[in-house]
Amino acid sequence: MQSYSVLVVAAILFVLGLLGVLTRRNIIFILISIEIMLNAAGVAFVAAGARWGQPDGQVMFLFILAMAASEVSVGLALVMQVYHQHKTLDVSKLNNLKDDIDV
Amino acid sequence: MQEILFLIPALPLMGFLILSLAGRHLSKQVIAVVGAGVVCIAAITTIWLGINFLQTPQENGAYTVTLWRWMNVANFSCSFSLRVDALSLVFLFVITFVGALIHIYSAGFMKQDRDYARFFASMNLFVCAMLILVMADNLVLLYLGWEGVGLCSYLLIGFWYETTANVQAANKAFYITRIGDTAMAIGLFLLFRELGTLDIPAIQNAAPEHFTKSSPLITSIALLLLAGGMGKSAQVPLQTWLPDAMAGPSPVSALIHAATMVTAGVYLVARMHAVFQLSPLAMNITATVGAVTLLIAGCSAMVQTDIKRILAYSTISQVGYMFLALGVGAWSAGVFHFFTHAFFKALLFLAAGAVIESLHHEHGIFKMGGLKNKLPIVFYTFLAGAAALAALPLVTAGFFSKDQILWYAWSANGGSPMLWFVALAGAFITAFYTTRLMLVVFWGDVKTHIGEPPGRLMTWPLIILAVLSIVAGFIEWPHNMLHVTLFSDVVQKVLPAVTEKEGVPSESIFQLIAVVVTLLGIYTGYLLYKKNASIVAKWKLVSALVGLRNFFFSGWRFDQFYHTLFVRPFVFVTSLNKQDVIDKIYAGIVSMFQWLNGIFSVSQNGSMRTYVISVLIGIIFILALQFFL
Repeated sequence: MQSYSVLVVAAILFVLGLLGVLTRRNIIFILISIEIMLNAAGVAFVAAGARWGQPDGQVMFLFILAMAASEVSVGLALVMQVYHQHKTLDVSKLNNLKDDIDV
Repeated sequence: MQEILFLIPALPLMGFLILSLAGRHLSKQVIAVVGAGVVCIAAITTIWLGINFLQTPQENGAYTVTLWRWMNVANFSCSFSLRVDALSLVFLFVITFVGALIHIYSAGFMKQDRDYARFFASMNLFVCAMLILVMADNLVLLYLGWEGVGLCSYLLIGFWYETTANVQAANKAFYITRIGDTAMAIGLFLLFRELGTLDIPAIQNAAPEHFTKSSPLITSIALLLLAGGMGKSAQVPLQTWLPDAMAGPSPVSALIHAATMVTAGVYLVARMHAVFQLSPLAMNITATVGAVTLLIAGCSAMVQTDIKRILAYSTISQVGYMFLALGVGAWSAGVFHFFTHAFFKALLFLAAGAVIESLHHEHGIFKMGGLKNKLPIVFYTFLAGAAALAALPLVTAGFFSKDQILWYAWSANGGSPMLWFVALAGAFITAFYTTRLMLVVFWGDVKTHIGEPPGRLMTWPLIILAVLSIVAGFIEWPHNMLHVTLFSDVVQKVLPAVTEKEGVPSESIFQLIAVVVTLLGIYTGYLLYKKNASIVAKWKLVSALVGLRNFFFSGWRFDQFYHTLFVRPFVFVTSLNKQDVIDKIYAGIVSMFQWLNGIFSVSQNGSMRTYVISVLIGIIFILALQFFL
């Protein structure tokens, strides 16, 4: 019963993060939204570990934490580069990789 | 003696190699000496060989020499071996001797041409291929020569390739003879399947034991071989290429399309006599083809206006006589007619070439005239050739050979009064058109300016051939006149003797009728074209006669017939498929992928949001599958 309500919280968090990724234009906010989604996954792992009385869920959360830290450092470095080259953080303007063929 | 056999085809081959590889750097004199020289040496070798052959008869009746093993596949082996027996010897003699004279003539005739070396190279290659054809010991080697002469015929008909018509004539000759060649190849396959060998002596021995007489199999083999012969020898219905083949230079017409290549069919049938004798039906068809051809071609020759086309139709008709003789079983008479015909027809073509050359390439006989006194040597030699063609009694070679065929057309075992009558009608027609040709070209008024008369290089071959056209017949007399049968004595060592029917009227009556008909033909020609020319003018007003004349002139409309029957449907089908039906499938696959590409490239718009949404949709889809399945 307890783990069920924790999973609902995790799902809400995840959907909130997803909505942030879809609706936000600023790259930094998108990165923050991704962090929220990662944490939602982490909460779900911890809840699952508590439900079965196993340490695996907490171990998994530590992994996610480490992965999130490295992801943010790489992501922020990329954001720096994008801002240097394009003078904008708006993703809707950063679509130069698009194919220009006429169909 | 056998050891030098290889020299005969090797010499012209050497000439071909020298002229084709180095011809560009040689002067015209050297080219002429090489080109004509090798054939002359081959002719001398042949004559020497022939004398030896006749003096010391071989045990098996032939010189044979195996040069090397050609191929060896499974249970089929074939060697490059030459074999000369009496039949081959006759052909060898004509090819090399008449060939040498024609080469000498060509040295003078072609001297203005810039492709002098190419001409002699092709001619030498032709002589080589023709010699291989008649010296071959097995049918595979014979087929090599057979295709070789076809190739050289193509090259030489289209010798002046800058004119489209000449190239078309060469193509036509190639295509039509190809039909016959294909039939012949199938015949050879059948022979091999049945007998397991293609060696000519082995076939002669094995055929009578292996096949039952007049079985459908042997008949079809004989007919397929006959079809090959009909293609090469321009017999109805494959005769239409020969009149067009006159696009080539005159010496080519004399050598290939009169003396040698067109008689390759005669050689093939005579060589395969063991096969033909087993099938009376095939023999009858051979005789009928010959009879029909000689009549059809003779009628066309009567109304032609191009001097070379007259001679071309006349050649078809004379080869028809040879097939008739072979078909009724008078083997040696057919070969004898080939022998005399080679001399007088080569002579007529060469003399016609001299006339055409002197009149600045004028071919129409009605633009010639009055050449009797202007070109005396050409006139007298042409007269000798024409007399032989018309078979003027007793003084010409043509009489002796044609008289024999006429007699056997009735009296031989396969003969019939009908065949005799057709041959007799052919004799009348031949005499008529020959007289017409002589009178129109050499008598009357001069209509075209006459250029230089031919030089000595050209006149000497004419004189030699003219002498031969007269005397070559004296080696074989009719049985009731003189007992001289030199020719048939030699040839009948190879070919079976003719078996005569019982109860046929005396030979003298037939000779008398033939002589009267020939003289009548000559007189008719004289009447219409010299004595009373107004008759022809009157006939030209009658529309039925003009229609008949046009019908004959077009060669019995065979060309138009083939055009509607084969060429038009073929062109129609190809035009339907011009866009290539099969190609449509592949073009369809290509355009389908281009269309899909257009659709999917819309999704690649560079906006990260849509990518995320599509990933999301994918996840939901997979989850949904998990739930519902």
